[in-house]
Amino acid sequence: MADKYYVSSSPHISSGVSTKTVMWSVVLALIPALLGSIYFFGMRALWLTLLGVAGAVVSEAVVELLSKKPLTIGDGSAVITGILLAFNIPPGVPWWMPVVGASFGIIFGKMVFGGLGNNPLNPALVGRAFLMASWPVEMTTKWIAPRGGSIPAIATKIDAITGATPLGVLKNFVGKTLADPNASPEKIAQAKQVLHSMYANWTNLFFGNVGGVIGETSAVLLIVGFVYLLVRKFVDWRIPLSFIGTAAILGWIFGSPEGMFKMNVLFYIFSGGLMLGALFMATDMVTSPITVKGRWIFGIGCGILTAVIRRWGGYPEGVSYSILLMNLAVPIINRHSMPKKFGYKK
Amino acid sequence: MAITFKGGIHPPENKHLSEKKAIEILPPPQEVFVLLSQHTGAPAKPIVKKGDKVRMGQKIGEAAGFISANVHSPVSGTVKKIDDVPHFTGKFSPAIVIENDGEDTPAEELTPHSDWQNLPRDEFAKIAAEAGIVGMGGAMFPTNVKLSPPKDKPIDNVIINGAECEPYLTADHRAMLEFPEKIIEGTQMIAYALGAERIIIGIENNKLDAVARMTEAAQGKNIEVIAVKTKYPQGAEKQLINALTGREVPSGGLPFDVGCYVQNVGTAMALRDAVVEGKPLIERITTVSGTIVAEPKNLLVRVGTPIKNLLDAAGGTNGEIGKVISGGPMMGLAQWTLETPVTKGTSGVLFFPPEDAKLGEETNCILCASCVDICPMRLMPTTIAHQAKAGNFEIAKKLGAMDCIECGSCSYVCPANIKLLHYIRWAKSEIRKMK
Repeated sequence: MADKYYVSSSPHISSGVSTKTVMWSVVLALIPALLGSIYFFGMRALWLTLLGVAGAVVSEAVVELLSKKPLTIGDGSAVITGILLAFNIPPGVPWWMPVVGASFGIIFGKMVFGGLGNNPLNPALVGRAFLMASWPVEMTTKWIAPRGGSIPAIATKIDAITGATPLGVLKNFVGKTLADPNASPEKIAQAKQVLHSMYANWTNLFFGNVGGVIGETSAVLLIVGFVYLLVRKFVDWRIPLSFIGTAAILGWIFGSPEGMFKMNVLFYIFSGGLMLGALFMATDMVTSPITVKGRWIFGIGCGILTAVIRRWGGYPEGVSYSILLMNLAVPIINRHSMPKKFGYKK
Repeated sequence: MAITFKGGIHPPENKHLSEKKAIEILPPPQEVFVLLSQHTGAPAKPIVKKGDKVRMGQKIGEAAGFISANVHSPVSGTVKKIDDVPHFTGKFSPAIVIENDGEDTPAEELTPHSDWQNLPRDEFAKIAAEAGIVGMGGAMFPTNVKLSPPKDKPIDNVIINGAECEPYLTADHRAMLEFPEKIIEGTQMIAYALGAERIIIGIENNKLDAVARMTEAAQGKNIEVIAVKTKYPQGAEKQLINALTGREVPSGGLPFDVGCYVQNVGTAMALRDAVVEGKPLIERITTVSGTIVAEPKNLLVRVGTPIKNLLDAAGGTNGEIGKVISGGPMMGLAQWTLETPVTKGTSGVLFFPPEDAKLGEETNCILCASCVDICPMRLMPTTIAHQAKAGNFEIAKKLGAMDCIECGSCSYVCPANIKLLHYIRWAKSEIRKMK
């Protein structure tokens, strides 16, 4: 009985797809949007993104070294957090902000829970929420005009809107003007003209010729990356579809300050962080439901919250808070959306 | 698109290594090791002793209970001893060791019935029991028990399983190509014995040549030959029933609960040989394959032949052996020695190099839900595994751990290399202890 072979329980083969493969593919999928951002905002976009990555990777490594745990920085997940955190800040912020945000996200959004797989919230969004709460001025004003375009994506000489993003214009200029009972007819006409001009220029949002956070600028490049993940079967399509679909329907109905059913749906879905959030942050495997039905519920929930915050909330955009709130609901969604087991009646 | 069930995976088939190789007869070795436990249920009781002369096909072990099976001598010769030998499950288990005299003198204990259409319906279960026939797809459940379903569970669908969904295995494929008439005749016997109205043969659509041959052989016999989608575990009983009839075997139930009877093609052929030729189950078709086997083959081997002899017949290996599997790579059992003898359920023996022997190290679950998406029983493998790790077996049970068919698809797809099936098996054994 000299034979010695490796013995283990079945199965004896595996797909060969590892966490690493999945994570680095997501990194690859984010590259087109990063290149777009570099084109529109200059090399700053690249440096800030690399600083975000450095902050995330170094803080993960430090926590693991201090707690004497195996290093996991090679799995690519910290890199994703770093990129996504940077993607969620304006391109004009000081250099230390992505470092601080990514480190906070990794340490308090991920490592304190036990690392990859155990975090209830998307770490990049935790970092972003921290930056929003700590440096709100930087986080909401440090926009940069895209190459060959303007921050609101329309040509205008009105001072109140030249430095604001389309959703900022929608909420703070058009929305407030139309809601103001003392506004002059000229002012109202002007606000409506600005609004319709933004609707007409939705292609600027689609291609990226618009101000905004680093990663959200080009919808089409985000979609390109997402389609790559979809083809490789590393991402689920239900969450983005239900998220964007719900937001689009509710936005169409309630989204316009002009009244019901007045919103231009294309402007609505390509503005702000909806594409970035729905395609790359709501789909984070760790923090989204594992059941098929749950993914629909999660996406619809994100869509409802986004539409509500955009229309009635204090911020012009609500994607990241919507995702964070829905992240918290994941355990209960999973529990109540279990698949009907084979051979059971109900 | 071909019909199928919901869920499942599609691992590389690797059937090209052996699917074109015609079945070769492997001469029986000098010594055969006939395990007394080659079936689900109680081991057979030996009815010969050291020094006895036995003939080929002579009953040497008797079924010990309702769920058990007879075993027969695969050769003629002398009983050398009854001793523990390596069993495919990894344990040692008693076997009757017979010195082969090379004569193959037949025992002729069973009566051939070429006019089986005139036999009473309940005769087939008796013949199956006498001939020691068990399910040859791997589960090795005694066929006679299945052929005698409870009176209140009428069978309207007889399904013959030619799916052969495990990668590498081609034994059933070759049987369907080379002996389609025998399989069809066995199928007719089963349908006749059970009085079933509908007879279906399900074959994965990666074997369209077999579909064609079987369709030809089934001509005018009221048998439907259906190509099902090539997807693992298409050949699992519950999934095949579901694909072909749309029915779902209830949790904890058996196929007869939904009026179905499923039998592997090899078993149908063995039943036919027992009834028509009076041949007990002493040989089977087995695939010898794997990435390092010099000449992958399909062999007709006698039960009790050590798997070492099968490897030799296939020209040995190119390079070092790291892992040996009895059965397919998804559900087969790893072997620690090549002395393990072939049983009635050995559908294949596979050999892999050391670099493929061990799967990757387990990392954290990233909740990607790949396992949830593909589970053919629509369970949540990662959740069951989590609960098992936490010792919450009551919850694991509620989550359906006992419904797991152990196909291994969850472990296969897991990007974190978590041995999900392993944890679920553990949960199942702990749940059984709770009762």
